[in-house]
Amino acid sequence: MPARHLKRRTKHNSGKMGILKTFALGGIHPEENKLSSDAPIERLALPGQAIVPLGQNLGVPSKPVVKRGDLVKVGQLLAETGGFISANIHAPVSGKVAKIDNVIDGTGYKRPGVIIEVDGDEWLDEIDRSDELNTEISLDGKEIIDKIKTAGLVGMGGATFPTYVKLMPPPGKKAEYLIINGVECEPYLTSDHRLMLEKGPEILVGTRILMKALNVEKAVIGIENNKPDAINHMQELAKSLDGITVQPLKVQYPQGGEKQLIKAVLNREVPSGKLPIEVGCVVQNVGTAFAVYEAVQKNKPLIERVVTVTGMAVKKPSNFLARIGTPIGQLIEAAEGLPEDTGKIIGGGPMMGKALTSLEVPVVKGSSGILLMKKEEASRKPEGPCIRCARCTSVCPMGLEPFLLSRVSKLGKFDMAENEKIMDCIECGSCQYTCPASIPLLDYLRLGKNKVGAIMRSRGRN
Amino acid sequence: MMNMFTVSGSPHIHASESSKKIMYGVVIAMVPAMLVSVYFFGLDALRVLLLSVVACLFFEWLIQKYLIKGQLTINDGSALVTGILLAFNVPSNLPGWMIIVGALVAIGMAKMSFGGLGKNVFNPVLVARVFLLISFPVQMTSWPKPSPITKGFVDASTGATPLGILKEGLGADPPKTISELAPKLPGYMQTFTGDVGGSMGEVSAIALILGGLYMLYKKIITWEIPVSMLLTVAVFSGIFWGINPEQYADPLFHLLTGGMLLGAIFMATDMVTSPMTSGGQLVFGTGVGLLTILIRIWGAYPEGVSFAILLMNAVVPLINRGFKPRRFGIKPGVEIA
Amino acid sequence: MNNIVIIAIAALGSLGLVAAVILYFVASKFKVYEDPKIDEVEEALPAANCGGCGFPGCRAFAEATTSSAKKNKSLEGLNCPVGGNDVMQTVGNILGLEVEMTEPLIAVVRCNGSLANTPAKVKYEGATSCAFAHALYGGEGGCQYGCLGLGDCVDACDFDAIHMNPDTGLPVVNNKCTACGACVEACPRDIIELRKKGPKDRRIFVSCVNKEKGAPAKKNCSVACIGCTKCDKVCKFDAITIDSFLAYIDFSKCTLCRKCVEVCPTEAIWEVNFKPRKAKPVQPKTTAETSAEKASARKPATKKVSAEKADARPAPEKKNEA
Repeated sequence: MPARHLKRRTKHNSGKMGILKTFALGGIHPEENKLSSDAPIERLALPGQAIVPLGQNLGVPSKPVVKRGDLVKVGQLLAETGGFISANIHAPVSGKVAKIDNVIDGTGYKRPGVIIEVDGDEWLDEIDRSDELNTEISLDGKEIIDKIKTAGLVGMGGATFPTYVKLMPPPGKKAEYLIINGVECEPYLTSDHRLMLEKGPEILVGTRILMKALNVEKAVIGIENNKPDAINHMQELAKSLDGITVQPLKVQYPQGGEKQLIKAVLNREVPSGKLPIEVGCVVQNVGTAFAVYEAVQKNKPLIERVVTVTGMAVKKPSNFLARIGTPIGQLIEAAEGLPEDTGKIIGGGPMMGKALTSLEVPVVKGSSGILLMKKEEASRKPEGPCIRCARCTSVCPMGLEPFLLSRVSKLGKFDMAENEKIMDCIECGSCQYTCPASIPLLDYLRLGKNKVGAIMRSRGRN
Repeated sequence: MMNMFTVSGSPHIHASESSKKIMYGVVIAMVPAMLVSVYFFGLDALRVLLLSVVACLFFEWLIQKYLIKGQLTINDGSALVTGILLAFNVPSNLPGWMIIVGALVAIGMAKMSFGGLGKNVFNPVLVARVFLLISFPVQMTSWPKPSPITKGFVDASTGATPLGILKEGLGADPPKTISELAPKLPGYMQTFTGDVGGSMGEVSAIALILGGLYMLYKKIITWEIPVSMLLTVAVFSGIFWGINPEQYADPLFHLLTGGMLLGAIFMATDMVTSPMTSGGQLVFGTGVGLLTILIRIWGAYPEGVSFAILLMNAVVPLINRGFKPRRFGIKPGVEIA
Repeated sequence: MNNIVIIAIAALGSLGLVAAVILYFVASKFKVYEDPKIDEVEEALPAANCGGCGFPGCRAFAEATTSSAKKNKSLEGLNCPVGGNDVMQTVGNILGLEVEMTEPLIAVVRCNGSLANTPAKVKYEGATSCAFAHALYGGEGGCQYGCLGLGDCVDACDFDAIHMNPDTGLPVVNNKCTACGACVEACPRDIIELRKKGPKDRRIFVSCVNKEKGAPAKKNCSVACIGCTKCDKVCKFDAITIDSFLAYIDFSKCTLCRKCVEVCPTEAIWEVNFKPRKAKPVQPKTTAETSAEKASARKPATKKVSAEKADARPAPEKKNEA
């Protein structure tokens, strides 16, 4: 199977890790470049002004409940859920609501957001700000889910799917496994890695809380073996806990994708077009597990997160604990400034991140990293003709044919794209990464997915 | 003016792979066979090589510049590969103008008329070889006898290829048996090193295998096509050999003679004209192997690799449609509503 | 020998006969009656198969008109925008019905965010597709409503009626436009609108679709509509509405008095194919969207402008100079 070709294995000490699992279909191994993996998490100074977009989660944007001139404390509700798939947003800073206006967000569009002039750092009284580890889980499953919903938790891996929705399996479906995603397969990013090293016990309590909420007996923490320190640390901590195991995984992108992770850990395949619950799994990111701990045990809503600031030219690649709403410019300053020849700013990792248009874009719930690319790294190579080498097909982790899908999307043959399962594409970018002709395969795939999705929705309506 | 940032969709990084690198990888893989051909066929081989490469590059440039009016593509290495392979597929004593005609057919007819690199249906080199074979059968089958360069230049005499001897002998009246023909046939060692008559690139098994291993190592080709093709040839010819060893040649003979290895390693594996998935590639290789032996045993021509590959090229779109990669989350044969 | 000939003739003959009988029965059994008028109507149509009428091709439109004529005795709601009144008249004659005259329409690009008016702040790289770029980011110039300039409208046009002007990075519609609506459909930002072609091709429209407040809109684009309501106040015919800081001129109410054009502080309101004003010293806002020859032949007064910018909108630099 040519699926294996192009894979350059780096040597990791897999000896004491036992058998390393991974997913079967496709996959690539880009340069890891985890520059900031040794940089401890630093608490970032408060911004002068926090910009809090109202659309921070997948699904419906939240509805503001404050108005101009209101004084808010840290942790106070700013906006409430706007629908079923939506999340609360809390004030990440204390101060005065300067205005509710259109602000630029990670998508490059101006969308409604709340701008707060920061004044001091006054927290709501009910939030426990101590560092003391609280392992006692006193709430029952339903109360936990309510708490998670109130705290506005979303998937911290980047997809920002509201967490509480995942914890409520549809009727008739029962979760069997909780999988905690500590894979961090994106090159450069290290926020999850650092979190596991520094907040291991909290993550495990968060895991136990999630297990209780889901009523499952077994939880697996999947970690790629390019983070042996994290694997050892978590294994050590999990020893005394029933039902929680740590599974080392062979390094392969996109192992952090839900479906790939389930395949790697349990060898179960989520059927096409279905959710992980179909095979009895719920996947949560380690960052989410930590946020769950803080929300349930410490009463602290999701107001800050760990963000990696990295890049080849960055003077001090770092991991910051930053408040939501901090402009990324401030994070870059803290990493000793924007390098002279920066050509591209990416919110997230280099494989799936979004290119940002401005330094004013704020940190949101889904920001896992900020990657600064040099000018020469930033431009794509000129597109050549397809030489039908089939590399895109062999690296596709979903077993699709990207060359075909991109071509039919370009030609507007969306019915054919749908038949060829374009909606299964997880947009991991492996195809475009590996294409020797530098064809923007994923651009056209995304275009096709948008159109096919719209067609399917309109069909559903009729 | 502040920095102008670039905006584009993900992914933002790219493997160091490029079409050009792949093409030059193929060129490197052909170096051993080039050296062997120069060793056995002398300066004539060099002449054919140079002429073929220059002609292919020239036609590519000419057509791209004046007919297609697109970006110049002669740097991408594909015409260079075509040129070398074309030289490999002709006898080293072929007149120069025929080589130029071959280059025109390969580049102009088989490649550029479809729109250039990546769009052709048939392997350009094989189209040219078959074109030349049909148009100039005498010149294309008058093979110079190999004479190692170390022995100095001797008058190049011509002779038949092992497959030609076999075909002629078996078809003679009265038919001869293989053991009667054996003295005329070269030994395995000779076919292995390349000390036999034939097209200049196809004679040396060892040089071709070396090139093939290099390409496998560099992930330029995958194992499916060569292995399935050679295995099919071995099994299929083995069956006939088992039935009557006096009438049919043994599998090793089939594997080492003619264009079998050149075809299996360099021609059938051409990315543009072979199937995309591993299943499809296995089918493709098997088909080529079967057709080759069919033509070799019962056809009018002694050699059938080129025809077999061209015939299978024609069904590649069908194979691509029939052999899809295994989709994630879809059990084979089960439709998910 | 004779036998063979006879057998051959007999065998072939009977085979032919059997086949003929089968064919005859099959043909009569599966015969579908079709109104011959459908063919006639189809013949009269432009055969562009553009779908501008809302049907999947000219044949389908012919079927629809024929059946509508039979059932409802009218052709209401059915119009071939490509053929226009002439063709609809012919269709009406074939079907024996009166056809109402419709106003001819033309596609109008309502954005003037040219390279100069909306300087690029970021550089886009990727697929040449507005639909993709629209999903990816706001736009090079920062205006999230404006033209992305990647030419989805040009690709959609079957009539060679819309082209990109490389100087401005904006599409330009020429007189070949049949108002089929394909470009309107293709534009992910709803910038293109079908508007009344107007007497002598004269029309007035707001060349902006930016719904932002004045200041942010103006920050990205020097010719954005800032929603100042001046035009609304000056319009005596109630043709202008302002919604989300954006003016819109209703072409069915507009009388082409040009008052709004004068008061617009950002030159966002455009008048095309008008004679240049006498009162003002230089006001070359008047332009020809049509091709040079046609414009000059009809309106010698606009010759200068038309000649300068053959088939393009006025270059923004020129406008600014004035």
